[in-house]
Amino acid sequence: MEQAALYLATMLTLAGIYAALALGLNLQWGLTGLMNFGGLGFVAMGAYTAALLTAPASASHLGGFGWPWWAAWPLAAFAGVALALPIGAIALRLRADYLAVATIGIAEIVRLAVRNEDWLTGGPLGVPGIPRPFEALGLPWGQVAYLALVAAVVAGLFALAQATARSPFGRALRAVRDDEEAAKAVGKNPARLRLQAFLLGAAFMGLGGAMLSAFFKFMGPEALDPVTTTFLVWVMLIAGGSGNNTGAVLGAVAVWAVWAATDWLAAQLPGELATRAAYVRLFLIGLALQVILLARPQGLIGERIGQR
Amino acid sequence: MESLANFYLIPGLVLGAIYAMSATGLSLIYGVMGFAHFAHGELLAFGAYAALVAVRGLGISPWAAIPLAIAATTPLAWAADRAFYARLRRSLPAVLLISSFATALMIRAVLYLGFGPTPLSYGTGIVPPLVWAGFRMQQRHASIILGATAAALSLHLLLSRSRAGRAMRAMADDPDLARITGVNVDAVIRLTWAVAAALAATAGVFLGIDTELQPVMGFNVLLASFAAAILGGIGRPWGSALGGLILGLAEELSSYPLLDGTPLLSPAYKTGVAFAVLVVMLIVRPQGLFRGMG
Repeated sequence: MEQAALYLATMLTLAGIYAALALGLNLQWGLTGLMNFGGLGFVAMGAYTAALLTAPASASHLGGFGWPWWAAWPLAAFAGVALALPIGAIALRLRADYLAVATIGIAEIVRLAVRNEDWLTGGPLGVPGIPRPFEALGLPWGQVAYLALVAAVVAGLFALAQATARSPFGRALRAVRDDEEAAKAVGKNPARLRLQAFLLGAAFMGLGGAMLSAFFKFMGPEALDPVTTTFLVWVMLIAGGSGNNTGAVLGAVAVWAVWAATDWLAAQLPGELATRAAYVRLFLIGLALQVILLARPQGLIGERIGQR
Repeated sequence: MESLANFYLIPGLVLGAIYAMSATGLSLIYGVMGFAHFAHGELLAFGAYAALVAVRGLGISPWAAIPLAIAATTPLAWAADRAFYARLRRSLPAVLLISSFATALMIRAVLYLGFGPTPLSYGTGIVPPLVWAGFRMQQRHASIILGATAAALSLHLLLSRSRAGRAMRAMADDPDLARITGVNVDAVIRLTWAVAAALAATAGVFLGIDTELQPVMGFNVLLASFAAAILGGIGRPWGSALGGLILGLAEELSSYPLLDGTPLLSPAYKTGVAFAVLVVMLIVRPQGLFRGMG
């Protein structure tokens, strides 16, 4: 019984972290039409910033500074923004597909840096011993309390994303997405609006990274994988309904449930088959994305404009 | 001087030739169909593995397997187009891009399932290098450079001399005008996929001969290919080919010990060079180096 509750809390915590990432991507792609294929880069910035700030001092990486989580997490969100600012300022003036290429590039550079700059990140050894908020409560209550914290953060992000989508700023973002010339004609500055949306989304991803590193209690180059950190989030958003914040959260929870269930099923298979099952899942993410794009491009719940 | 040529210039040219072939295909697809094809790296990897199957099954050399790799990769590109891209032709380019991304994941998954994640090789053994007055060149490097030149020449003849090639260029210039003047759009799209897939498969076999085969080998080339295509002005095949050569050289030369024996850039960051070039280009000259080169 306790085991099951613990497992459920773990799964829900990860679903919540994915919801934060999907909300960030929804601000960028759903609302503004910005293709960010480098989610991993922004998540890694947040994850490592939070990890180095909160971990105990160590000789194998920079810091750690032993900060409390509530001081470190806002800086993690800011680290996502700091990475997004230069890349956004350069690529957002140009064609939409250039941003897709540029974000893949920046994610790749971040991955290389994380792996090679041992003095900063501990290289392949990573940053161990990251404290998780409320772990002093022991099991299972510490786990449940952390889930509550993640849920509270996600609720806050959701409220922020909803407020953004409904504000005049959000309407201007949609206008830029749907008809840039018309938006310009009524005096909007598309480049600036795009940059603002890009930065806001990157902050969500940075914060998601912080929650992830505290949850794992470890951050290393292998902990972040493009398949699960970038592509799965795209599937979640498109399945849930891009442009709709509720859809983003719903998609995150639903796709994560399927993902975790197939992970559990795969783990029941004997050795060799289990590794193969991981590849079957990779195939299925791709296929799921194709089917949704063809059969239900608006996702589970599509964008609803003008609804209160 | 010799070491510069032997260890940096020649490998740079080889890598550049592989990037050039991949980037040219990307550029053609962008020109004719108007979207960034993110599964291009996987076409390349698929070609490389198709050749591996032929090498192991028939006991032929990887060079002889290139036509078979092309024959396997072209139908794959057609199938992806028929199953996914053709149905999305009227959607936004962004939707096609996401769809090609999904295609990439599917092809990569198939390669993982068939061959596993461990690097494989064609097992060509060690061949003595060609030596000429202090300059040494691996025979495989010479063959790759010759092969890429032959591919470029054939593409040039196709695009400039044949009716089909002219139709392709017409589509790239103005799809609507091409359509109303009687160009068979579907045939042009099929031809574009065939050419791009053939170039990608050949580049994949070359890359497999030069290094090793891995399911992610194509994805590693993708970023550099896009950077090369943008460098040359996306949609312009010759610009992209030149962009590829420049990037390949830049990547290898970046670790040249110009000053006091330490590399200019740590080799661990080699793959970052393409990205740096891309960023500089996007700032300085987003239309590409060779505007108006056709």
